[in-house]
Parts: sequence; structure tokens; C-alpha cells
Amino acid sequence: MLELLLFLPLCSAVAMLLFKNATVYRGLLLLTALLHLVLSACTVQAVNAGHAPAALGGLLAPDPLGALFLILASLLNVAASFYAIGYLRDEENKQERIDIQHGQPFTNAPERRFTACLCLFLSAMTLVTTTPHLGALWVGIEITTLSSAPLIYFHRHQASLEATWKYLMICSVGIALALLGNILLSVAFYGIGTDLPESFDQMTAFLAKAAQLPEDSPHAPWLKAAFIFLLVGYGTKMGLAPLHNWLPDAHSQAPSLISAMLSGALLNCAFLGILRGHQILLAARLGEFSSTLLVFFGLFSMITAAVFIVGQGHYKRLLAYSSVEHMGILALGVGIGGLAVFGALLHAVCHSLTKSMLFLLAGNILTRYHTFSSYDVRGLRWTMPLTAALWTAGFLGIVGSPPFGLFVSEFTILKGIFASGSFGVAAVYLLALAVIFVGMSIPVLRMVQGTRPRDMPQTLPESPFSVLPPLGLGLLALCLGLYVPDWLSAFLARGAMLIGG
Amino acid sequence: MSALFQFLLILLMLNNLALAGVSRLRSLIRQVAVQGVLLALLLMLPARQFSFEHLLLAAAVLLIKGIGFPILLSRTLKKLSDDPHVEPWLSCGLSVLACMAGLAFSLWFEGRLPIQPGLFPSLLLPAALMTLFCGLILVVGRRKALSQVIGYLIAENGIFLLGIPLMTEEAVWFELTILLDVFVAVFVMGIAINHISKTFESIDVGRFCSLRD
Repeated sequence: MLELLLFLPLCSAVAMLLFKNATVYRGLLLLTALLHLVLSACTVQAVNAGHAPAALGGLLAPDPLGALFLILASLLNVAASFYAIGYLRDEENKQERIDIQHGQPFTNAPERRFTACLCLFLSAMTLVTTTPHLGALWVGIEITTLSSAPLIYFHRHQASLEATWKYLMICSVGIALALLGNILLSVAFYGIGTDLPESFDQMTAFLAKAAQLPEDSPHAPWLKAAFIFLLVGYGTKMGLAPLHNWLPDAHSQAPSLISAMLSGALLNCAFLGILRGHQILLAARLGEFSSTLLVFFGLFSMITAAVFIVGQGHYKRLLAYSSVEHMGILALGVGIGGLAVFGALLHAVCHSLTKSMLFLLAGNILTRYHTFSSYDVRGLRWTMPLTAALWTAGFLGIVGSPPFGLFVSEFTILKGIFASGSFGVAAVYLLALAVIFVGMSIPVLRMVQGTRPRDMPQTLPESPFSVLPPLGLGLLALCLGLYVPDWLSAFLARGAMLIGG
Repeated sequence: MSALFQFLLILLMLNNLALAGVSRLRSLIRQVAVQGVLLALLLMLPARQFSFEHLLLAAAVLLIKGIGFPILLSRTLKKLSDDPHVEPWLSCGLSVLACMAGLAFSLWFEGRLPIQPGLFPSLLLPAALMTLFCGLILVVGRRKALSQVIGYLIAENGIFLLGIPLMTEEAVWFELTILLDVFVAVFVMGIAINHISKTFESIDVGRFCSLRD
């Protein structure tokens, strides 16, 4: 089953490149996404029931933490694929394409290359989330960069090319540093314990070795250095400030469904890399060191995001900075430990759902208004009533208002911070959240309200492809705010237990 | 054997200084090829016993880092109608100085780290760190997109060098995967450079100024 999870999108990608019929590869995209979701759900169920599914000689063996991010990625991929069908159809029918920033005509990349890269991207994320081998995790994350770069450069104009280049360079160099972190881990554990025959289950081996380390061992500096490099390397990809520079550019220039995938699924995958390092340091009783770093980067990301969100006129960049904020909250929650870890995992789920929903809606707005500026978008509720309603709901969700899921998770993290007695951290956390609430509400509400531009027809119907995926994601985020099912909280708790929760 | 190994490491350090100092893209590519060959040679030497896997990896490194990358990069360069100089933000002289400072730091750092006896041959750690620094200097210090790719490659070479003493026979397959990954990365970057050259009529990343807050 796990093999199929990895190879199904891969084979679809190859098939898409071979077939030239648009109906075939669009259908294949959706079919692959749905099948992948079913398989992921089965995997999650198996992991949750306490079985240890494994495949390819142990190369794929998901734990609760990985399985959680797997099902998230798969779910968002279904929403994005469904959205993609409508999006690609519209793109195909467009008479002329004009670059918003420079006003010059541009072309699109071949469509089947786009869908093939999307499948490849999914396959790479599957590898990242299911492998217990840190080297394979690294390879997976590098492949996500390479397969998503062409996706960002779907619209071939100057701005998207600039964003793609920044993304490629910054993330590749960042991830190279994470590889150094991997090597330093091997150095730290060199000659400890009996050398087991090399197997793919590196995490178990490392955790066992870490537990054997005596207090104040000479290995500790190596472990700490390894964690720093993993944090900086994967943190670049995850978008933790001050390493987030690529993120607003790439998210704003990519087609909206790709922004949704990057923000909702890819950032989580990078976070998984950091969590693996944290897991090892916790086992080596160096958890305090890694926790402090995570809290620092978490708070710093929240503050940076708050600064850039206030007065941000570009609504896709606004959402991108909001992702920086939420990645900060994730790092903070895990760094605080205890109850906050559970909160952070719930937060990851709710953030992915809500943020992807908002990016898809931003795509609808962009298509209709043809501008990035939130000042030029007026009267959404008259021109696109469904999108406007969802956009408002999504905004309430993302800033953490009740009754949405993010309220519950942010509140849980706050309780965790209080329980740990760090009141200063709580103050900064609340202040940043408050500033971001105000900073986001102004442009979002301005876009919804007001009178519609005179040259815009009042009622163009909104296609179900563009409204149903965000609606579905929004409903899920709402449900999680009202009721977290027992199996999900048990599953999150099992994941949290691995990282000090 | 050990003396030869040290000699190769010193050559690698000199090669790094040359990389930081050259001003033409073509010479930069030539120096990267030299570095690839040096890495392949270094890989052959410290093996405790010559195994098939090690030979395979050394051959792959020679093929990809010593021959593949330089050909790929030269082909990209040929298609560009650009000025052949690297156009530094950070002048070549300063880059060499920074590289030497990196070496001094690495030597000092090596003395302070509690290293397992017998893990790293002497000079290997400083040489690897210096290579990494040199790569990073090229990434941030040059305006041309192509020299940034070369910087990325050099940084990756440094990390690869650090991993050499830890390579077990089983792990060789993994090193090959990483090598393939980096190859694809450079390939994708090469395509991106072609697009940049067509769209911006230059590969000067200093012209990237449309995305900011």
C-alpha cells in the first residue's frame, strides 16, 4: 500500500507527459489525487491503530507525526486538483494574457508539464512524510523544491521568474545546510553503542543512541551544532524569519492553487525535518537547547510577520506573511512543550486548511479583478458573493476568531505557555496576534465592502470548481473549531508524545 | 598514502582561493571541474579497503562533478550573449581575503571541537568548511546567476567532503542518490538561467527588483 502511495503520483506524472489529450491528464490529476487520499487515509488508520506499516525494506515507515502531515498534504492536493481543472480550463480559453506588474504579454508553460510537476511534488512530499531515514527526508525535500519551481513559473513573465530564481537558490542553499546537519548527526553518534547493520530506520537507531549518551558527553556540542544546521536549513524552507525572504515572492507569483499547496503542505513538510532533529535532541536530554531556539525563532517570525502585515497592500503577500506568522506559532508551540505541542499539531492542521482556502479564494479574486492591490479590489460582495462570504469567513478563521479551529489551537498553545510559566512569551504572542488581527482585518474588509467598479458586470456566475474546494476546506476548519473527534485528538496526542508533548 | 591525501587537501584549499579570485565565468567553470576531480581522488584514498561501492561512487563523482557539471555549465554559458565576467558585489580580492578568513576560522574551530580520534584525517574538516564558506561567498557575492549556481555547487562539495570519512558501504547508495539530486538541481537551475537570459536579456540578478514590500 505504501509503495503505491509513493509510486502512484510518480507513474501518473510520467503518463501525463506521454499523453497529449487535455481531458486525459486533467482527469488523471484528479483521479490520482483521490486515490492518494484514500491510500493516505488507510495509512493513517493503520498507524492510528498501532500497526507499523512499512514498505521498500523500511524506507517507508510512517509514524503518527509523518502520517499527520501526509494526510494533510493529500487532502489539500485533492482540493487543489479539483480547483486546477477549472483553473486550467479558464487559462486555456483566455485570449490574451497580460502581466499585471509590467503590463506585457506572456505565455503559460505547457499545461501537462504543470500537472506532471504537481504529481511529482505530491510524490516527493509522500516520501518526506513517510520515511524514517533522515537522508531520504533530505532528498525528498530537495525534490519538492525542484518539482515546485516549474509550478511557480507557470506564468512565464519577469516577476514570476524572479520569484522562481529566488526560491530555487535560497531553498537549495538552505537545504544544503540541512544536509550538513545530517552529517553532523552522524558525527555525533560515531562510535556510540553497538553498530547495528545499516538500516533505513535511522530515527529509531539515532533515538536509541541518543538515549545512551551520558550527561555532559563530548558528543553534545556536535548534536547541538547538528540541530542548528537542521533548523537553519529546513527553517529556510519552512519560512521562519529571518530566513523567509523567498516566501512572500514565491507565494505571490505562483498560481493560487500552487500557493495553497506550498503554504498548506510544503511548509509542514519542512517543519517535519526540524521536528526530527528536535526529537533526537529530546532523547539526548538536550531538549532545553532546541526548545529555546524554537521559541526564539517562533516569536521572531511572529513579530516579523506582524510588522510586514500592517499596511500590506498586496493581498497575496498578506497571506504569505500570515504563513510566516503561523509557522512561527508552530515552532513556538513545539518549543514550549507540554500541552502546547498538542496545540501546535492541531494548529498545523487548521492552518493548512484555512490558509489553502484563502489562497484559492485569492485566485478567484485575482482572476476577476486582475490586480494584486487590495486598494483596487472593491465591492467583492456584489461582484462575487460566494467568494466574498468565504473570504470573510476565511479571514475570521485565519486570525483565530471563534468558532474556527485556529481559535482552539491558538488558545491551547496559550494555555501551554501559561502552564510553562513563561509570561513574557505569552505577552509577545498575544501582542503579535492582536496586531496581525487588526492588520489583516483592514484590507480584507475593505475588499469585501464598498461599491463595485463601474466597468465590472455585477453577476458573472462563479464556477463550482472555484468555490467548492475552498468551501470544503473552510467547513473542515469550522468543524475542527466546534468539535475535534476523539480519534483525531488521540492521533494528535500520539504525534505530540514523540516531540515532548 | 596519508601524505598524498594531505597534499590533495592543500590543493583543494588553493583551488578554493582560485575560485574566489577569478573574474571570468569560463575560468570559474574550469576551476569547478578541477575541484570535482580532486574530490573524486580524495574519495579513493581514505577507504579502509577498496570496495566496489567506493569505486563506483568515485567514478560517479568524477563523471558528474568533474565532467558533467562543467559541460552543463559551459553549454549554458555558450547560449548566453552576456559579458563573460562575474561582476562581483564583493570584489575578487576581498572574496579571496574572506575565503582565507574562513580557513583561519575553520582551523581555530577544529582545535576547539571534541573530535572522535580516528574519525577525521587532519586538515579534512578545515578544508571542508573552507569549501563551504567559499561556496557561500560566491552565492552572495556575485551578480551573475551562473556564478550563484557554481557557488551552490561548491558549498555542496564542501558538505560532501565532510561526509567522506563517514561513508559506509551501505551508505554509498545514498550518496549516489544525493549526487543525482544535485545534478537535477543544477539542470533545473540551468533551464532557469536560459529563461532569465531570454526574459531579462542578461543573467545579472541585480536586475531582479520587481518583487519587494
